[in-house]
Amino acid sequence: MDLVTPGLGLVVWTGITFIILLIILRKFAWKPILGAVGEREDSIKNALLEADKARQEMENLKSDNEKILKEARAERDAMLKDAREMKNNVISEAKEEAKTQANKIIEQAKTSIQNEKLAAITDLKNQVADLSIGIAEKVLKEQLSNKDKQEKLVESMLNDVKLN
Amino acid sequence: MSLHLHGILRDIFLIEYVMQINTFRFFLLGLLFSISLSGFASGEEKTGDEKFDPKEMIMHHVKDAHSFHLWDWDGHPVSISLPVILWTDNGLTTFMSSEFHHDNSGTHIVEKNGGKFVNLHEKVYQLNDGETTVAFDAEHHPTNAVKPYDFSITRNVFMMWVSVLVLLFIFIGAARRYKKSENFVPKGIASFVEPLIVFVRDEIAVPMIGEKTYKRYMPYLLTIFFFVWINNIFGLIPIINGANVSGNIAFTFTLALFTFIITTLVGNKNYWKHIFWMPGVPVPMKIFLMPIELIGMMVKPISLMIRLFANITAGHIIILALMSLIFVFKSVAVAPVSIAFALFITVIEIIVTAIQAYIFTVLSALYFGMATEEEEH
Repeated sequence: MDLVTPGLGLVVWTGITFIILLIILRKFAWKPILGAVGEREDSIKNALLEADKARQEMENLKSDNEKILKEARAERDAMLKDAREMKNNVISEAKEEAKTQANKIIEQAKTSIQNEKLAAITDLKNQVADLSIGIAEKVLKEQLSNKDKQEKLVESMLNDVKLN
Repeated sequence: MSLHLHGILRDIFLIEYVMQINTFRFFLLGLLFSISLSGFASGEEKTGDEKFDPKEMIMHHVKDAHSFHLWDWDGHPVSISLPVILWTDNGLTTFMSSEFHHDNSGTHIVEKNGGKFVNLHEKVYQLNDGETTVAFDAEHHPTNAVKPYDFSITRNVFMMWVSVLVLLFIFIGAARRYKKSENFVPKGIASFVEPLIVFVRDEIAVPMIGEKTYKRYMPYLLTIFFFVWINNIFGLIPIINGANVSGNIAFTFTLALFTFIITTLVGNKNYWKHIFWMPGVPVPMKIFLMPIELIGMMVKPISLMIRLFANITAGHIIILALMSLIFVFKSVAVAPVSIAFALFITVIEIIVTAIQAYIFTVLSALYFGMATEEEEH
């Protein structure tokens, strides 16, 4: 029975000892150790989170790069396309221009030919007139002797120089 | 709730497991006692000084004492003398236990502070006025002496203080390691205690009490875990295992009392409601359950007290009984068997030291968790 009866002295000493031990260990052991462990765990957690974030950023950067590259490529393509178009435009424009120019020249040529022709005709007419007058003079001079002959001559001459 | 249920289940499994060990141990214990008693009976006709009483030897080892007996040398006991502190009618009386001259049969009388004191089976009695020797009744109880209030530094108190010093040395040393090392990397003793501390936190406090409130109880749980464990271990070390601190019911009573006090103080409305007015059952059932719950409230710490005490004491008794066999049979031939068995039991006891400390802490944490559990309906 003695074995299972708590002795007063030991109860008191255990109580005092335990409370003192609890106070000392709480202040000088549990607080620093748990604090350090907790801080370390937090720092590990944070480090992992940060690594994750960095990886995410890297991924973002990579996708950004790809996007930029893609954009650049598209821009280059667009530029090439523009250039090609411009070249085509320039060529077709030049062709057009040349054509109109040529037409114009031809037109001018035609007009000038016409003019020249008219001038030549006029000139010819004048010369014909002069010639006719000369002939007429001569004929007149001859016809003065022979009237019939004169008239016949004039008529036949005029018929000969009929234009066109 | 599921967390608690899980914890309770795990605890039940553990207790089952421990009980199996215990069943085995108690079986062995019974066997040993029957052998030793028969051996004792057969050796009774021998002369007095040769007589070996295993029961007395075992009880002497398991119970507390006023001096720390280490060994006998040349027929004289070698022991550490410890202070005896008594509160008598004449006030505080103190003297060293060596003044009893190793006597615990109540024959050597120490006169101090106007009182006469004897040591009778490691209990200090004060003789009534005018008496010079202790008179006994038929059951060997003293009739003319009273027990004063005894606050002596007994060997259990002494060993408890030694264990406290060791704990302080280990854990303050460990804490200082953290201050020294950068990035809080555990080194030296800290790398040994940190897993244990993290274990108490992650396997005991958090699942039993809950993520939100567990931090409040960590110092208590850690202290009680290591305090119980180291005293369990010290109880197994030869020579100093005369001090059976955690196998003393006063020690386990005090620790269980602390758990009970804390449980009662932190108990919330929900906890008390479940004791005095169980929700969710009809009124007659509420009235019926009230005394049961009240008893349950008391039984929890009592079970804590008895479990630790019985486990540790049983372990001590069985090892001592196995060793006693050698002296009971007075034959060296028994020694190999005794030692083999004792070694086997000691190995089990080493496991039991940790398991009992764990169970004590787990159950304390569980009670705190139950007392602070919020209503979830």
